[in-house]
Amino acid sequence: MRIAIIDYGAGNIQSVKYALKRLGCKGILTSDKEVISGSDKVIFPGVGQASSAMKKLKSESLNVLIPNLKQPVLGICLGMQLMCDFSDEGNTECLKIFNSKVKKFDNSLKVPQIGWNTVFDLKTSLFDSISEKEYMYLVHSYFVPVSPETIATSKYGIDYSTAIKKNNFTGVQFHPEKSGGKGEIILKNFITNP
Amino acid sequence: MLAKRIIPCLDIKDSRTVKGVNFVDLIDAGDPIELARYYSENGADELVFLDITATKEDRKTFAKLADQISENINIPFTVGGGIKTVEDVDILLKSGADKVSINSYAVKNPDFINELATNFGTQCVVVAIDAKYVNDDWFVYLVGGRVKTDVRLFDWAKEVEDRGAGEILFTSMDHDGTKNGFACQALEKLSQIVNIPIIASGGAGKIEHFSEVFKSGNIDAALAASVFHFNEIGLQELKIELKNSNIPIRL
Repeated sequence: MRIAIIDYGAGNIQSVKYALKRLGCKGILTSDKEVISGSDKVIFPGVGQASSAMKKLKSESLNVLIPNLKQPVLGICLGMQLMCDFSDEGNTECLKIFNSKVKKFDNSLKVPQIGWNTVFDLKTSLFDSISEKEYMYLVHSYFVPVSPETIATSKYGIDYSTAIKKNNFTGVQFHPEKSGGKGEIILKNFITNP
Repeated sequence: MLAKRIIPCLDIKDSRTVKGVNFVDLIDAGDPIELARYYSENGADELVFLDITATKEDRKTFAKLADQISENINIPFTVGGGIKTVEDVDILLKSGADKVSINSYAVKNPDFINELATNFGTQCVVVAIDAKYVNDDWFVYLVGGRVKTDVRLFDWAKEVEDRGAGEILFTSMDHDGTKNGFACQALEKLSQIVNIPIIASGGAGKIEHFSEVFKSGNIDAALAASVFHFNEIGLQELKIELKNSNIPIRL
């Protein structure tokens, strides 16, 4: 199994690589388009700011490559948000895989949301062996609203999408690589499910 | 619902945990990796590692340690101690740290907070504030509480939020080490002044102190060291009791 972890200079990619290693898989950190296209699974991580991340993707033409990938792709945190239509963070046009606008949490809430929150209304095999209301680790100021593409929901002031899926693309707002043993199960589900 | 976080803190010197630890089931209680793994497997929501060495050479070792921690644990962790440049932060984040904590240097160079927020995002910038109650007000102290400043705690807290801190780690020098409970009043006021998460530190001695601090103000996390290292409070036992007191806790 070849798993590419897209390296575009953003975010905490080392942790994703080590999380795969703990599952007995080797993740390849790469920005090489052929390596990414030729791998069995692709992980698109990201921590940081949307507009500067999009600039980095564009500078390597990854913005063209990613929406055309045919194998299963998992976007994590900012990676998930970048797969949406548009982000209010820096008024950024994103990859337009998901038909959603990324919005900022209400100012009456503590922003960023940092910590462990529950995930519920779980759908698809990504959440096999995960119970409703399991805790996952999240760090974010912007969110994806609930839509027909939502496969898991969390609540922070309002209900929002903590996971979304469309065709071969899945996005998770939480960090499975930092969410203890339960997060590892989700990563494992992504790796082992077709 | 977002859970309240329990955070054990490890002081690191020359790649070893100092202040001592007391776990019979650890082969080497001074090994930070082994201790980190123990905590992450026993319910810690997050870990903080403070580098208390001073030399530049040791800093590189610390980044290497961050990398090893990242390889070995599956929960988030923050590193701090002596961070002075964007490059210091870049190395630590690339090594797998989720957040960095800055303290004295930020008081002397407040623009550093903006610089880090711009480069890496507010979510990874923790500003640690040590303060003491003197002449009817809280004042910020530097260098591990040894040097008093004229900076007032609540003014500084607001300023660090405005400059882009994602989180505040507040230690009351009056409570630290006493085991008589957290500085609940100051923390409550702090939580009314800023709109970013607050980690309470200093004074934990028994389980009730944790429920007190979570019930008194809008506090997001509580940090402690020796009560965990010496197993005076078991993490699991603490979290079960907090949950039984209707505090949102991840078990």
